[in-house]
Amino acid sequence: MRLEPRIEAASSIWVVAPLVAVAASFVVAAVLALAGGASPLSVFAAVIKGAAGTQFAFLETLTRATPLIFTGLAAAVAFRAKLWNIGGEAQLYAGAIMTIVLGTGALPLPAPVLIPMIMAAAMLAGALLLLGPTFLKTRFGVDEVVTTLLLNFVMVLFVSMLLDGALKDPMGLGWPQSKKVIEAAQLPKLIHGKRLHLGFVIAIGAALIVWFINARTTFGYEMRAVGFNPRAARFAGIPVNRVMAKTALLSGGLAALAGVSEVAGLKGNLTLDLSPGFGYTGIVVAMLAVLHPVGVIAAAIFVAAMFVGADAMSRTVGVPNYIANVMVATALLTMVTAMLFTRFRLKLR
Amino acid sequence: MQAIQIIFEASLWAAAIRIASPLIFATLGELICERAGVLNLGIEGIMTVGAFAGWFAVYHGADLWTGIVIAALAGAAFGLLHGFLTVPLGLSQHVTGIGITLLATSLTYYAYRLAFPSVTSPPKIATFAPLEIPLLSQIPILGDALFRQTPLTYLAFVAVIVVAYVLYRTPIGLAVRTVGENPAAVEAQGIDVTWLRIGAVAVGSAFMAIGGAFLTMSAFNSFYFDMVNGRGWICIALVVFGSWRPGKALLGAILFAAFDAYQLRLQQLAGAYLPYQVFLMLPYILSILALIAMSRRAGYPRALMIPYRKGER
Repeated sequence: MRLEPRIEAASSIWVVAPLVAVAASFVVAAVLALAGGASPLSVFAAVIKGAAGTQFAFLETLTRATPLIFTGLAAAVAFRAKLWNIGGEAQLYAGAIMTIVLGTGALPLPAPVLIPMIMAAAMLAGALLLLGPTFLKTRFGVDEVVTTLLLNFVMVLFVSMLLDGALKDPMGLGWPQSKKVIEAAQLPKLIHGKRLHLGFVIAIGAALIVWFINARTTFGYEMRAVGFNPRAARFAGIPVNRVMAKTALLSGGLAALAGVSEVAGLKGNLTLDLSPGFGYTGIVVAMLAVLHPVGVIAAAIFVAAMFVGADAMSRTVGVPNYIANVMVATALLTMVTAMLFTRFRLKLR
Repeated sequence: MQAIQIIFEASLWAAAIRIASPLIFATLGELICERAGVLNLGIEGIMTVGAFAGWFAVYHGADLWTGIVIAALAGAAFGLLHGFLTVPLGLSQHVTGIGITLLATSLTYYAYRLAFPSVTSPPKIATFAPLEIPLLSQIPILGDALFRQTPLTYLAFVAVIVVAYVLYRTPIGLAVRTVGENPAAVEAQGIDVTWLRIGAVAVGSAFMAIGGAFLTMSAFNSFYFDMVNGRGWICIALVVFGSWRPGKALLGAILFAAFDAYQLRLQQLAGAYLPYQVFLMLPYILSILALIAMSRRAGYPRALMIPYRKGER
């Protein structure tokens, strides 16, 4: 048995691979459900019902998908240029900090001015945060995976420090939380009385913009060229380091928007549990979407459905909700394996 | 003044050696993988698996050393998976490694919640007790720091010597070092590149898992969520800092741990002037600085992260 390179890339696999990945994650979940003493079918039924069974459930899934679209786009943009940004978590918090700094009354502006300002400031903060590791990579050859990962830990401690000090809510009864954002800084709800907010629409818009950049601009072409073969790109006259830097700015900015959307759209304030690993999950979302920006929307909704569904399921069936994390990780590993077969075929000999 | 006095206290160095022990195991593990040409970002998850598996086995009545063996086997299992995906299939070592960390961590948490659905404080086990080495432990300062540790710490030091010996003085070690530099040369010797690399990743992962098990079976006596807390990523930095050499990696781990122990003490001293989070950030920032400092002299194994396919150039 060996792998043989294909002459032409197989296009059907782009559709088959995500389906295989989803199927594999359900197989693993079935085994885990059995280990937990529950019937797999009752677990699946409860997950699906909890994720999309009612209007409330479905809106909750879309709400949860919103930050994942942003972090998924951040990873997809960076990975396309082979810039391994694993720091989505830190960039998300950078965006959240800017939202609190500008949105809690420091700028008494109307919403149509204030919200774009917050988004711009947040994107700048996230972008600069990723620019550091990118500079270290292009200038000194320091692996950006490790530096971005380590910065996640630094950033969470930094947030913790701010919540004990400069950004602490004086009325918070000593809890480490910030003040709430003012009304003009809040992203309006899409449906009155529900949790789904404007951030979801902005996320879809961001995905379309990234798609446009990828497909229709020189910068999109350059990012792909750098990711495909940096040496060849350099010979072709593409300024590789500058493209890397621009990619970092875009990627870091997108991840920061996840922080804006969570604070200004959903939570209202900044706490230490703002993100249950949205930055890391964004990597899975990007891979499931084969790094395609529009695919990120679908992948984010799928992953969000697993998490929301599993939360509901754990309350009714009693199987731990970490089953969703296992399913998502399984889907990631299956997906990258399945994608291998766009370039290779399996020869049985 | 007091800040300097701390450096000469035996308790600082005893704490440093204790903090260094899990890092030594995991750094050796990552070093073995990378020497064979495979970056293993599964380290953080594999340490989590090891921490849980060893502790859980002992909780169910296994003796401590059996727990260590079980932790090592659990780590090796994830190492085999990482090896299979990255070596014969040649998948991106970055993405696969992150995937292994996510999978290993979430499986561990699932298993933990299944076993203990709703406990507020996790159950404790009787951990390795400190073992005083006769005579040597009487040496001032050094005796307190080095020779009143738990058996697992002594094992960490023995492991450094064994790994260094195997890597530099045995045929298998030569093959592992060569496969990370020039896999075609290993192939020409009639050695199977694929199995050699998978084997190295599995063994390295077992070391990482023992590092994780140190946390639950020697440093603390219980399992907590997020208890590995970035130690795996720090070990990846330590491998670079140690220029892929076991001895230098040991030195790096001890220096790092001494700094960590020092910042803990400094926190008590200067806590009134600076927020405690600043001190907790320092180890991570130090790791980044170490990476930058070593980057110019970094002698990466030449074939690191390059998949090998027979007959392909």
